This record gives sequence, structure tokens and C-alpha cells, in this order.
Amino acid sequence: MNRQISAVALASLVLLAALIVGTTYWQTWAEAGLAAREDNEIQRVAQFEIRRGLIYAADGKTLLAGRVRKQVGGQTLYFRRYPTHGFASQAIGYSTATRSRAGIEQEENAFLTASNQDLGTFFETLGDKLKGTTITGNNLILNLQVRAQRVAQNALAGKCGAAVALNPTTGAVYVMASSPTYDPNLMEQKGGYAKIQATKAPCHPSAPLLNRATQGLYPPGSTFKTITAAAALDDHVFTARSNFYDPGYCTEYGKHVSNALDQSGGAEAFGNISLFEAYVHSVNAVYCMIGQKLGAARVLEEAKKFGFYAVPPLETPANARSASGLYEKGKLWYPKQPQYDVDPGRLAFGQERMLVTPLQMALVAATVANGGIEMAPHLVKEVRSPGGSLVDRTAPQRLRTVLSPKTAASLRDMMVQVVERGTGTKAQIPGVQVAGKTGTAEICQCSNYDAWFIFFAPAQHPVVAGAVVAESQPNGFGGAISAPIAKEIVQAILPVASKAKP
Amino acid sequence: MTARNRELAYLIVVGALTGLGFASVYIARQSEVSWGSLSYAAFFLGLYLAAHVIARVAVPKADPYLLPMAGFLTAVGLTEIYRLGPTDAFRQGLWIVIAVALFGAALLRLRRDYRLLESYKYLFGLGAIVLLFLPRLPGLGTTVNGARLWVHAGPLEFQPGELAKIFLIVFLAAYLREKREVLAQGRLKDLGPLLLIWGAAMLVLVETNDLGSALLYFGIFLAMLYIATARLSYVAGGLALFAAGGFVADREIAHVHERIVIWLHPWTTTKVFCPLTGTMTLRQDCQSYQLVKSLYSIGSGGFAGTGLGKGTFTTPDGQPLIPYVKTDFIYSALAQELGLIGVSALLLVFMLFVARGMKIALQAEDGFSKLLAAGLTFGFALQTFIIVGGVLRLIPVTGITLPFVSYGGSSVVANFLLLAGLLLVSNRANATQ
Repeated sequence: MNRQISAVALASLVLLAALIVGTTYWQTWAEAGLAAREDNEIQRVAQFEIRRGLIYAADGKTLLAGRVRKQVGGQTLYFRRYPTHGFASQAIGYSTATRSRAGIEQEENAFLTASNQDLGTFFETLGDKLKGTTITGNNLILNLQVRAQRVAQNALAGKCGAAVALNPTTGAVYVMASSPTYDPNLMEQKGGYAKIQATKAPCHPSAPLLNRATQGLYPPGSTFKTITAAAALDDHVFTARSNFYDPGYCTEYGKHVSNALDQSGGAEAFGNISLFEAYVHSVNAVYCMIGQKLGAARVLEEAKKFGFYAVPPLETPANARSASGLYEKGKLWYPKQPQYDVDPGRLAFGQERMLVTPLQMALVAATVANGGIEMAPHLVKEVRSPGGSLVDRTAPQRLRTVLSPKTAASLRDMMVQVVERGTGTKAQIPGVQVAGKTGTAEICQCSNYDAWFIFFAPAQHPVVAGAVVAESQPNGFGGAISAPIAKEIVQAILPVASKAKP
Repeated sequence: MTARNRELAYLIVVGALTGLGFASVYIARQSEVSWGSLSYAAFFLGLYLAAHVIARVAVPKADPYLLPMAGFLTAVGLTEIYRLGPTDAFRQGLWIVIAVALFGAALLRLRRDYRLLESYKYLFGLGAIVLLFLPRLPGLGTTVNGARLWVHAGPLEFQPGELAKIFLIVFLAAYLREKREVLAQGRLKDLGPLLLIWGAAMLVLVETNDLGSALLYFGIFLAMLYIATARLSYVAGGLALFAAGGFVADREIAHVHERIVIWLHPWTTTKVFCPLTGTMTLRQDCQSYQLVKSLYSIGSGGFAGTGLGKGTFTTPDGQPLIPYVKTDFIYSALAQELGLIGVSALLLVFMLFVARGMKIALQAEDGFSKLLAAGLTFGFALQTFIIVGGVLRLIPVTGITLPFVSYGGSSVVANFLLLAGLLLVSNRANATQ
């Protein structure tokens, strides 16, 4: 019988050896695949075992995202708390046990959980692992300025809209406000998500989770004239002094496209007027004619130079950022034959099917402010290890060169005059030269408009540029509604920014 | 060094390892575990020393490695059970005391000649069948995870299949010793018993809904039949018959079919019907939830594991992550905390145990002893393969326990009896040499 017993013994050992092979497969080959599965709670829980890094405002002191300790099933887990209860919520996002993450919390998760590919962090984390102590994530210090952000949020409260302000020479984002906003602490609470969704606002759906600054798509209205003017000047087709005759309307496809209404209720008519003055007073008919002369393709090309048709870079998830451009049936639209498919006159003053994000328009203003060079916007100023040493500092990054310095200077002069004596006088600040452009975008056959203002200041040495939009304002002119908000934001930033400069 | 002194030395090593294990759990989970937990290690060292003293008296010449290895496996299991739930560890501890007591009683009662069991072979056969059908009795049996393997009597939970396995092996060893010459001739009319046992295995399959149990009993039978008759054709024929039975079961029994579907396609990308809730969900959120979560647990252990007491077995809101992690799925808990290094070492101990067991079968003098030792050892190996293979998705998952390691009184008792059997055979073989 011994021969058979030996055979059975061998078979038994082979069976057990197969178990070692099987285990090896799952713990080495298949490990990464298993870890990447989204229903893998162990990976999710593991992230809560890490003392998630903190998020601070630009001053390095104001805590925007903190943490609390909880004992769950014998494990110490760390959960997020947001002590400011809704400061730039859409930009910062949230990190919860149940509904995962959004915003910077999602995009910068690697830093916040100390799983970033940085040598210093790697050794620190390895040390913690070997000692068996809790891993602590890296802290983020954002560019968001407490006072300016508060001012923007308060000014937008009760409205639907967004405001973005950034440094045109570095791209540092000082303000990113989206209204209505929400308290991210609710995400963790029972019924909190429904409560957020039920937020009351004058727009439907109120969508508080939507980051209107980067995702909201609005017709740019007259702010788009900045791009049309840029195309006209860069091509030397026109100069700022080029003269036009404004009868109060422009004819497109045999129909009148009228200017905005004047006090007496009729369309304004300026008669003989230059490109420069038509910008200052935002005369649609003149820009309609410029658009017809340049052609839709040329205007679109200029918009693309500013970054339209591309998603602007930022430290938030890509699906929370939209590209600006022509939209057809809710999708970004690339006209095959722009000369036939797109109405050049209406495009020139920001109507047609043109939709933009506030961030993109802020970048347009910033590009003009920065002599034609567009800087990449960034929310994160620096990353610091829990001990306080610097892990990473975001360096200013040139995104693209859009305009010649000469064109940029002409546009700046035009924008200065808009605030000095044109449609944007409500943005004036004593002692500071503000440059801006209003926009009053038609959104329906009604008297409600999206009110725009894009701006930078001080005009000669800009430290802040931005865009403000307020949705669907009754009789709402950009100059009347959004320009004052821009003014408040600039006032909040200027003393801080001038102090920061040596 | 004599065999028993060697055993004592290894038991002290096992005791030290147990202390180390409990200390790691204590360090990792101080918030809910007290220093008192270390008394577990001391208590079990004491218990094993008692078992050792009995072995010294009853089976002085027996293999010195088996008892320390069984002690080691039990300690690993107990440490992990303790880590998962300290109160369960206390109950498991009580079961181990009972198991060691029965182990001692069996050694002392049978130390002169265990071969007297041969004369009760039909009683054992009948006992095995009765035990197997206990879970079927109304009011007594319960369905756990779709399979009927458990008996409930008051506060007692019992998997009679564990004990049935031992009874079946004793019966087969005696029966095959008697009939092996006849069966070896391979005449058609002698194949009756083979078909009978195949039928019984299929009946077990139908009654328990558990493919793994059926495979375990039938596998033990085939291995012992092969050892007794040396006819590979029996093994081939038996496997073919089992495959045919399994194929029919797959088509006819919903639970068996479900287990096979889970095994082949645990993850779906589209929603499929979930019979548990009656809605459409992804399969990994429904039927294959347990298997998938267990694989995540194994995968997250990686090469070195998280360390004892540092694994993740609850969700952030405190819900348990893997159902039946203490019993059927203890291997995936161990794999997460001990890593590839740890569980490979554990499996090597299982292999060593099997190697020693088979060596005893080779050394034994008479047919009954050989068949008994080989049957017990093969049963041990096959059971390990079926449960761990199920957890690793090598075969469909089944609801049986990992010998010595899993939580469960019946399992511990049955395995200590198995150990007693091997030591008795070993003692006799070494004494007569």
C-alpha cells in the first residue's frame, strides 16, 4: 500500500502548494487591480486611518479643512471637519466616508494622504509605517484670501452666480466663489446631501455643489468684445481709432440687430464713433460690423488663442471644469464651416451660441493685464509637511502668449476708459485706476440678463484680475450689478497684495 | 533526545509564539484589549503542556511534531479570532479546552489498541450518515449562507459534518481493509459499494446544497479506495461520476449554480438580478459580495501584511466588511494581517502536518492503521484545500472550516480527535519497530 500512500501524499502536498501559488497571485500580481476597484472599502478605510492633511487659506492661519478623531470598530479613523462651514466650498470640495471626494480634496488627495511621490514624504511615511505610528498627510496652503473670498460670497449671497479673482502675473487664485454655496460638513450627516440639494436660490436647479466659477456656462455678452477687439487690433485690420457709423443697429441676414436701449426706451445710436469709443460705451452695432468684417472663423480663432475650447488647468477634478466655446445641444460645438454656420455679428458681441465660464473670462482679463501673456491659474500656494517644511511650492507657469504687448496695451486703455467714463463707472475706486468691461447677456426673450464684469487693477501695475457674473438679473446691467461686486473684491485684495510686494 | 522531550521543546516554542501574537494584538489595539489578554497565551501553553503529559503517558513513542503543529495552528486561529472579537475568542478557548479533554480521553481509552474500533465499523458508518443528515431535521438544522451545514440546539451551534468526516474515515479504513482484495479484482459486481458511496455523496450534495462538503467526503473515499486497491481507474471513474453529478447539480440546484456563477464571474460591469434583494445590482454588491470583499482583504495584505491587529475588517461606519470572516473566511483575515510571508508560512505548517501524517501511514504495520492514518491526513489536506481554494477563487467557495484555525467548536473537537488518531497510529508503529 505504501506506493499508493506516497502518491496520495504527493497529491495532497501539490494541492496545498497550489494554495501558496494562489495566494501569491492575489497578493502580488492582482494586488494593484484589486486596490483600484471602487468597491474596495479597505482602500477607502485605509485612507481614513491617515491623519489627513489640513487645508489653510493664503494667510497660513485660517483653517479651511480640519479633522476629528473617531473610534470605529477598534480603529482610530480621522474624518474631515470644515470649521468655516462653507468657505469656497465648491473649490475646496469635501472628503467624506460615504460620498467620496470633490474639489481640491479629490485632486490633491495624494498630498493630503502623504501618498505623493516625493522623496521626503516617502521617507517620513515609511518611518511612520515602521514605527507603527499614524501617517499624517501634508498640509495645503491655498492662495484663497479670507477677506476677499468672504466679500465675494457675501456680495453674491441671495443671487446665483460666481466670482473669480487671480493675480495676472502669477496665476494665483485669490477668490473663487460660487453662489449658492453649501456647508460641506452636511455631506457627512444623515440627510445632509438632500438638504444641500434643496438649497433655495433664485435659479433652478439651485445646484449648490456645482462650481459655477469653473463649470457654470454663461453667454459672455459684451465682455466678449474684448476678444473681438483683440482680433481686430492684432490683425491690423482696424486700429483703435478706426471709425464706424452707428445707426443704432446692425443688419444681419436682412434683419436689424439693435443696440441696448437708452433711457427713453429706444435703441441708442451714436452716429460716428471709433472702435475705442464703441468699446467704452459697449456699442453692439459697431462690434457686429467688426465681426462681419473679420468673419466668425477669425473671431473663434482669437478666442482659442485665449484658451477657449480647452479646459483651463486648475487643482480641481477635470470633470468639475468646463471648456468655453460655442455650445450646441449642451455639447461643445466645433462648427465645420464657421463662415456659414456661425453668425459673425452676434458672436462678436458675445451672443450666438457662445458660452463661457467665469474662470475663462477672468483669464481673458488677466491676459490683457499681463501684457498678453496668460498665466496658469492655481489654487494651491504651497504644500508643507506636517512638521512644517516645504514639500512643494507652485511656481508661476506661463500658459500661452495670446496678444502682442501693443494690443494688450490698447485693450488696457480701452478697459480703463470703460470704468473712467463708460459703462463700468460703478467699479471706480478712489486712488486706484481700475480697468474693466461690462457684459449684459441676453438669456431669454425677457428682461432678465446675466450681468457680467471682468476687471483688473491697478491698471498700470495689475495685482488682481477677475470676473463676476450674476445670473438672470431683472433689468440687470453688468455695470450696475457686477461692477460694484468687483470693486469690493479689488478693495479687499489691494491692501493685502500691496503689502506682500516689497 | 526522546520523542516526547522533543515535543516539549517545540511546544515551548509554540507557547512563546502565541505570547508574541497576543502581544502584537495588544499593542495594535490597546484601546479595546487589556494586558489580561496575554494570560491567554500562558493558559494555552498550560493546556498544551497538559496534552503533552497525557501524550507522555498514553503514546510515548508517537510523532513529536504533530502536537506542536496543531498547537501552533490553533494558536494562530485563536489570536486572529481574538483580534476580530475578544468574546468569540473566549468561547473558542472553552471549545479548545473541551477538545483537548476529548483528545486526552481518546488517547487514554485507546492507548492499548485502537484497532478495536475496527469491530464497530458499521456503527461508525451509520453514525456518519446520521450526523450528516442532522442539519436536515426540522427545528434543529439551520441554513447559513444558503448551505445547510449547521445544527442548533439551545445555545450550542454544531457542524456535525466535521465529526461525520472522522467517523467516515474510521468506517472506510475498516471496511476497505476487509474488502480490499475483492475490490482490487475490479469485478463489476463488486462496484456496488462504490456506486453506493457516490450516491451518498450526491445525496449529501443535494441535502446540504454544499458542493465542497460533497467533494470532501467523496474525495476522502476515492483516496482511501485507491490506497486500498491501487486501481487508478477507480479514481478516474469516481471523478468522472462526481463531475457528472456536479454538472447535474449545477443545472438543477439553484444554490449550487449560484456558487459556480459567483466563482466564474464575481464581478459584473452591468447590473444583474439580485435574488437577495429582488433588485438589479452589480454582482459584487450582491451574491459575490463576500468573495469579492475577501479577495480585497487578501490583496490589501500584500507581501508583508498589515501586522496582527492592524488590518481593516470594518467599514468607516462600523459595519463588518466580510461576512463569516471568523469561520469560513479566516484565511482572508490572516492573509491581510500576516501578508504573503505569513500565510505562506502557515500553509507550510499545513504541508508539514500532512507530510508527518503520511509518514505515519507509511510506517504503520497493518492495513487498517495505514488506511486510517492516510485517510485522516488526506481529509485534513483536502479540507484545507477546499476552503482556502474557495477563498482564493481556485474552486467555488464552500462553507467548511479551516482545520484548527477557524472559529467553531465542532471543527476544533473533530480536528483534535483526528490528531489523537494519528498519534495512536504513530505510537503503535514506532513501538513495534
